[in-house]
Parts: sequence; C-alpha cells; structure tokens
Amino acid sequence: MNKIVKNTQEAIKGIKSGMTLMLGGFGLCGIPENVIKALADSKINDLTCISNNAGVDDFGLGVLLRDKQIRKMIASYVGENKEFERQFLSGELDVELNPQGTLAERIRAGGAGIPAFYVPAGYGTEVAIGKEVREFNGKMHLMETALTADFAIIKAKYADAAGNVVYNNTANNFNNMMAMAGKITIVEVEEIVPVGELNPNHIHTPGIFIQRVFKGEVFEKRIEFATTK
Amino acid sequence: MALNKNQIAQRIAQELQDGYYVNLGIGIPTLVANYIPQGISVTLQSENGLLGIGPFPDKDNVDADLINAGKQTVTALPGASFFDSATSFAMIRGGHVDLTVLGAFEISEKGDIASWKIPGKMVKGMGGAMDLVASAKNIIVATTHTNRDGESKLLKNCTLPLTGVNCVKKIVTDLAVLEVCEQGFKLLERAPGVTVDEIKKATEGKLIIEGEIPEMNL
Repeated sequence: MNKIVKNTQEAIKGIKSGMTLMLGGFGLCGIPENVIKALADSKINDLTCISNNAGVDDFGLGVLLRDKQIRKMIASYVGENKEFERQFLSGELDVELNPQGTLAERIRAGGAGIPAFYVPAGYGTEVAIGKEVREFNGKMHLMETALTADFAIIKAKYADAAGNVVYNNTANNFNNMMAMAGKITIVEVEEIVPVGELNPNHIHTPGIFIQRVFKGEVFEKRIEFATTK
Repeated sequence: MALNKNQIAQRIAQELQDGYYVNLGIGIPTLVANYIPQGISVTLQSENGLLGIGPFPDKDNVDADLINAGKQTVTALPGASFFDSATSFAMIRGGHVDLTVLGAFEISEKGDIASWKIPGKMVKGMGGAMDLVASAKNIIVATTHTNRDGESKLLKNCTLPLTGVNCVKKIVTDLAVLEVCEQGFKLLERAPGVTVDEIKKATEGKLIIEGEIPEMNL
C-alpha cells in the first residue's frame, strides 16, 4: 500500500468550501503549515476549522482568518491572535470555545467511535449552557459530544508509505487524535522513510488512520516565544 | 511592602512537596519553577504534552518542537516524556496531577474563579484552565490582590464569566496568603510589613481573621 502523494496540491484534493477541517498543532508547534499555505492560496472559504489555537495574525490559521476563509472556529485558546479576537467580538466569526481537555477528548471520541461522554470541566460556567448535567460519584459532569471532520490535516516528523507516523517532542499535541477523527486524514511530514524503517514499538499513529502522506515543501517552523536562559 | 511577582512565586514554591506532579499556568505561576526548594523532587507537567519540563534552553538549543503551554521554548529533563493532548488531559482529569497553580481575574469567597474572558473587551479562551480547576486535587491561585484600578479581585461573587465553581483552595497574593473555607477567605499570612487593615481594605469578600496573623517567611 502506498499512501504517498506527490505534493501539497495533490494532498488537498477534494477539500471544498463549506467543509469541516481539523488542523493539528498547539500554538504554532506541530501545525501543517504547507497545507495551510495551500488553503490560503486556494480561496476555498466558508470553512469550519477545529484547532486548539488560531495561529498568529500572519502565520498558521491566522492567514485564513485574515482572508475570511473561516466561517466557524472550534478552539480552546485564541489569545495570540488579535484579528481573531476582533472578528469574534464583532460577531463576524462564529466561535465555539471548548476547554482544552474537552476538545482533545471530543476529537479522540470522534475517532474512537464514542458519540458522547461526561467530564467535570465547565460545570457551572457558560460552557455548560444547553448541555446535559449528570452527577457521578458526588460530582457534577457535563455531557460532551464527539467531533469528526471531512478532512483532518496533521503534521509529523516521519511517516512511511503505509501511513505510520512519528511525531517530534511536543509537536504531537492534537495531531495524534485528529489523525483518527478525519474521514480523510492528510499528514505532512518533514521526512518520508522506507516502510520497515520505523520501529513498530515507537510508532505514535498507526497507518490505518492515515490516507495521504506527503513531504512538506518548506517548513518555516516559526517560534511564537523564543525564550532562552 | 507588597510582594513582587517573583516573591509571590517564591511563597507558592513553599507549598511544593517531594514527589509532586505540578501544573504551572502562564504568568506568575511559571515563575514558581525558579524557587523549587532544594532537596525535593517535583515534576512539572505542561498540558501541551510534556512531563518533566526543564529550564529554558541556551540560544543554540532552541527547538520549535519543544515548547511549554505558554508557547515558550523549553527543554526536557532526563526522564521526561512527550504525549498527545488527550493523554495529557487524562493526567489532569484523572487526578494524577497533585497541584495546579494558575492566575485569575477574580476569585469568590466560595472558591469560584474567573480567568478567561472579559465580555465585550477580551476573549483569550479558557485553554486548559477549566479542565485543570475542575479536576485538580489542590489548586492555588497566584494573583495580585487588586486589579490595575485598585479594585479587589477577592470578591463575594465573581462578576466575570467563570472558569470553575467551588474549586480554589488557596490564594497567594502580593499582600497575603488566604485559604478558601466554608465561611469565606481565611487570612493565613501577611506579606512582610503589610497590616491586617490593609488586607481588609483590599478584600471585598468576607475575610476571616482569627488571632494573630503571622508574616510570610520568604
């Protein structure tokens, strides 16, 4: 089985306006920057994007926001993006903010075939509005529902033609769960390795969850806050 | 004199115990890592997927793939591990993290906390704060006692959208150490040179003062 596609253009085939996309990454760490760039050039719009953050004003998802390609964002923290805040406060952008662990679990549940589950996060806050509340072990919980997407777009360090994926350091974050939750999952990697080279004991995301693999053309890997001793 | 940010962090570090797994929020809480008492071993968890946060890197060792929850570049200590966000929040939601330290806009005398949104003005999002406060075994809030306009952040009821209810156990401010108990904010310690009256004036919620209040030992 060979899941390798030639380039970013081939990787994003089938992504259309109005679709729901998941995009991996935490801040700018582990984001699929080549696909995001291609989406920005494509002028596809009316997207619903599920991503922990929304990039910064001129990099990552921030670029799609700036060009009004996103209709709705499902995220947990958007503090690093002024344009996001502006569109949100003015009502131009539909935003659903989730507690980060709830967001991660909703995505995991979506990929794992679990339609809903209960968590304590958000009880008694505005996150609870409209949600079923249930007591377990003397503690109040909210029912949260699973998330899936037309396309999940993730970033990793290595992959092989079978779709096995290995992440680097904290660049795993949301990528591993999103890989499971996309009808079609695209992984952009820094390096494609021959099948058999990755130690099966060390694979983070098994190939069954991945449909397309490609080597990203350029990785800027921008750092949000370079902090040194 | 009121404490500065580093002194607040220094006082909170005294709450750490050997073997603790600790999640430090953005801002003053991050500074707590600089004051971990000698002779105890504490493992820092970062909700973006790192257990065993090390110091900030040298200029030559900055790695875009190695950051903390504040998106700052960090290092990983020997024995550290990396994992995905669902596993990270299993650690938090499952009660495996011993202590959470985070900042706040407001805290109520019932232990409610508001920290993520000022309607019409500012929305950063809750990030992992709602998950942390709903599940942590022990929560300490690190904050200034009053806001920039001099208004108390320790209130009868929070006015801003909540992050969690009945969850804050302890508060360390620039003026005092307080415990949230059934009756309100119980004053435990004063900052060096700060009087009980000054703390009273800066606290809108119910303040409980029992006996002589000692000064913090920094």
